[in-house]
Amino acid sequence: MPDGSFAHPQQRHFNPYTENGGTILAIAGADFSVIAGDTRQSEGYSIQTRYAPKVFRLTDRAVLAVNGFAADGNMFVKKVKQRLEWYRHAHAKDMPLRAIARLIQTMLYAQRFFPYYVYNILGGIEEDGKYHTSLPSYSTAFPPHPLSRVHWIKREWKCGPKVLVANTFRLLVQLGSGAVYSFDPVGSYEREACRAAGAAQSLVQPFLDNQIYFKNQTAPAGQSHPTHLPLQDVLSIVIDSFTSATERHIEVGDGLEMYVVLAKGRSPQGLESIAGIQEVTTKSDSDRVFVIRRELKKD
Amino acid sequence: MDHFPTSWGRPRNEAYDAFNTYPLHQRPNHSKDVFADGVQRTQQPIVTGTSVLALTYKDGIMMAADNLASYGSLARFKSIQRLHAVGNSTVLGASGDMSDYQYIQTLLDELVIDEFTANDKHDLGPAEIHEYLSRVLYSRRSKMNPLWNSLLVGGKKNGKRFLAYVDLLGTTYSASTIATGYGAHIAIPLLRKAIEGRENTLTEAEARSILTEAMRVLFYRDARSLDKFQIATVNDEGVSISETITLETAWGFAEGIRGYGAQTQ
Amino acid sequence: MASTHSTNTYDSDNTVFSPQGRLHQVEYALEAVKQGSAAVGLRSKTHAILLALKRSTGELASYQQKMYRIDDHVGIAIAGLTSDARVLSNFMRQQAMSSRMVFNRPIPVNRLVSSIADKAQVNTQEYGRRPYGVGFLVIGQDNTGPHLYEFSPSGNSYEYYAMSIGARSQSAKTYLEKHFESFMDSTLEELIQHGLHALRETLQQDKDLTINNTSIGIIGPASAHEEDVSDGSFRILEGEPIDVFLKTMIPKDAPAGGDDDVQMAE
Repeated sequence: MPDGSFAHPQQRHFNPYTENGGTILAIAGADFSVIAGDTRQSEGYSIQTRYAPKVFRLTDRAVLAVNGFAADGNMFVKKVKQRLEWYRHAHAKDMPLRAIARLIQTMLYAQRFFPYYVYNILGGIEEDGKYHTSLPSYSTAFPPHPLSRVHWIKREWKCGPKVLVANTFRLLVQLGSGAVYSFDPVGSYEREACRAAGAAQSLVQPFLDNQIYFKNQTAPAGQSHPTHLPLQDVLSIVIDSFTSATERHIEVGDGLEMYVVLAKGRSPQGLESIAGIQEVTTKSDSDRVFVIRRELKKD
Repeated sequence: MDHFPTSWGRPRNEAYDAFNTYPLHQRPNHSKDVFADGVQRTQQPIVTGTSVLALTYKDGIMMAADNLASYGSLARFKSIQRLHAVGNSTVLGASGDMSDYQYIQTLLDELVIDEFTANDKHDLGPAEIHEYLSRVLYSRRSKMNPLWNSLLVGGKKNGKRFLAYVDLLGTTYSASTIATGYGAHIAIPLLRKAIEGRENTLTEAEARSILTEAMRVLFYRDARSLDKFQIATVNDEGVSISETITLETAWGFAEGIRGYGAQTQ
Repeated sequence: MASTHSTNTYDSDNTVFSPQGRLHQVEYALEAVKQGSAAVGLRSKTHAILLALKRSTGELASYQQKMYRIDDHVGIAIAGLTSDARVLSNFMRQQAMSSRMVFNRPIPVNRLVSSIADKAQVNTQEYGRRPYGVGFLVIGQDNTGPHLYEFSPSGNSYEYYAMSIGARSQSAKTYLEKHFESFMDSTLEELIQHGLHALRETLQQDKDLTINNTSIGIIGPASAHEEDVSDGSFRILEGEPIDVFLKTMIPKDAPAGGDDDVQMAE
């Protein structure tokens, strides 16, 4: 312990980290993802600001939430964005989600011995979606839906002895799938259906386990739990998670920012009616990103 | 935020040396934490400035800081200036180590001169200055060799008001009213009550009186503060930093309090 | 003497002046720019645009890329050595990114152009180096509006209302000089039409501008024919989307004094 004497070497140390509170979470649906975070930034018992975003749009299909030490978080997001810009320069397209996930791992692990003290959750649309066959009805087939990856397949369409239509098209639409990747500060990561992180992780994650993974719930006889919930339900769960965390955790509150990423071809139905929703997509004919902002209690 | 600059950037420990009895540079260290091992540079603030307060009002931003630089508990320099104009749309207010602050001033002055000599109608506004300072402070903390300050950057450019904070860790944020150090505890509740929701209607005179009142409370409560301070204003007319203002205070009440004043018993 | 064939004794080293006070290596580098296919740039009060002619080495080959995006607010067209252009454009991208990293501001266009001009100048003076063999037209927008600059291997950079570089660019320049006074108040569509007319002047007799050999780079608000333009940021149009603009061109052999002025008189 330094005592001001010169009798022996003195050492004081500087702690380059702090915690800035807040909570983030992300949930993947079948063809969408929701990525959310509160907007309070605090240090100790002081609220520094009621609006400091923790969730960032990276591309038209990827959104990153960052929580922990705010200075590291902001720097990390800035560096990821610049890496994505170099990728755009080199390839004239946006980086796919799984590649962004691996990039984030590499960038985090590069700082293994002086880590970014942040928990990252990456959400968005993965390019591995299921092929949905839509009916070759005239109205859906012509013209092809402008927001879908359309795979035309030439098909014989025989109906008994009669050939009703000799040649028609079978329309294959590949929908991107909702994906969430979660990371620890040094880059360990996995793809999940949902994840909460930050100050109120211990409050929110068990709630999600119950509501998303149906842990400790028994399905009615002869039925099974759904693998994916509809968007409306997911949004309700996200809002409930944050209002509850705000009630029980002093570092959570002030504002809620929810990003919704929709797979190309999925109709935005149900979203239009949401008050104050804002689209932040840059291109047509791509996956789409929306932001929804809500107030949280400020006490 | 801990109001003792010595404690900034260190693990919080509210139980230790609560009355700040040691001189700042000789204060016992807090207990070690998980990051204690490894190479470290000796680092401590020596001559320090206390709180800076700032708020946004109708026409711009306003900032206040007193004229004291302390050496531990000694009021060492009583007429230093802690508000600094950067270019003609930005003001910087500093608390924490005064030598690090002066180094930052030289950095910024060089930057402003480079920008001026380019002579191409592109000049740095408050947002750019703040981004630059956060890069500087964050990269220094990443070298484990921090600039021991909490800084406020405020200004107005192209009709847009700007007010933000950056500290020795590189932590940043923006809000309509901000205070550093002891002010973050004592002044912020007063300022938020007076400002939040009124950012676009508050007049310059009202803003000035709110700040003065907050500075008065700080002088009453913060043992590292002084009753002399300055106010910087940035609006469409540019930056102006006031002459030193002396607070009027009344200490008569102290007479009747045991432990204060002359006690005859 | 360096070579008996050489007509010039002062050209093997760029640090040596000729008795006439010329740096021959630098002048050869300027010749390399003239070997490249042409690029044209124009500016209005609201837009800055680039048009370039892409070359293909043959039926089997693709067309050489002539334009590069540097940042949201800057783009370039090149004439000369593509490999040198890639080095310089990479440097420009780094400068642009660093400005965003340090100041969170898009780099002022004039400073970006000066930065590569300074780099090029070093290569005209230091021993053991060679000048870049490429010229740029740079368009950009910043808080002083849209801009057009020319950068050349000599280390010079100038701002222009309109400019052309590359093979037969003098013909395009002649067109631009004749019409530039109307550019400032032009719409984007008119500006592109002028650009295409100017670029056409650089073609050989039997050639035409097509959707395959033409690139259009634009900064400024979108035209009616464009989609997905945010904030008027730099974009490159190639292929099908430029057809609509090619169709607005007035045929060169148009009757009734089919001069390009006809449409101006309308």
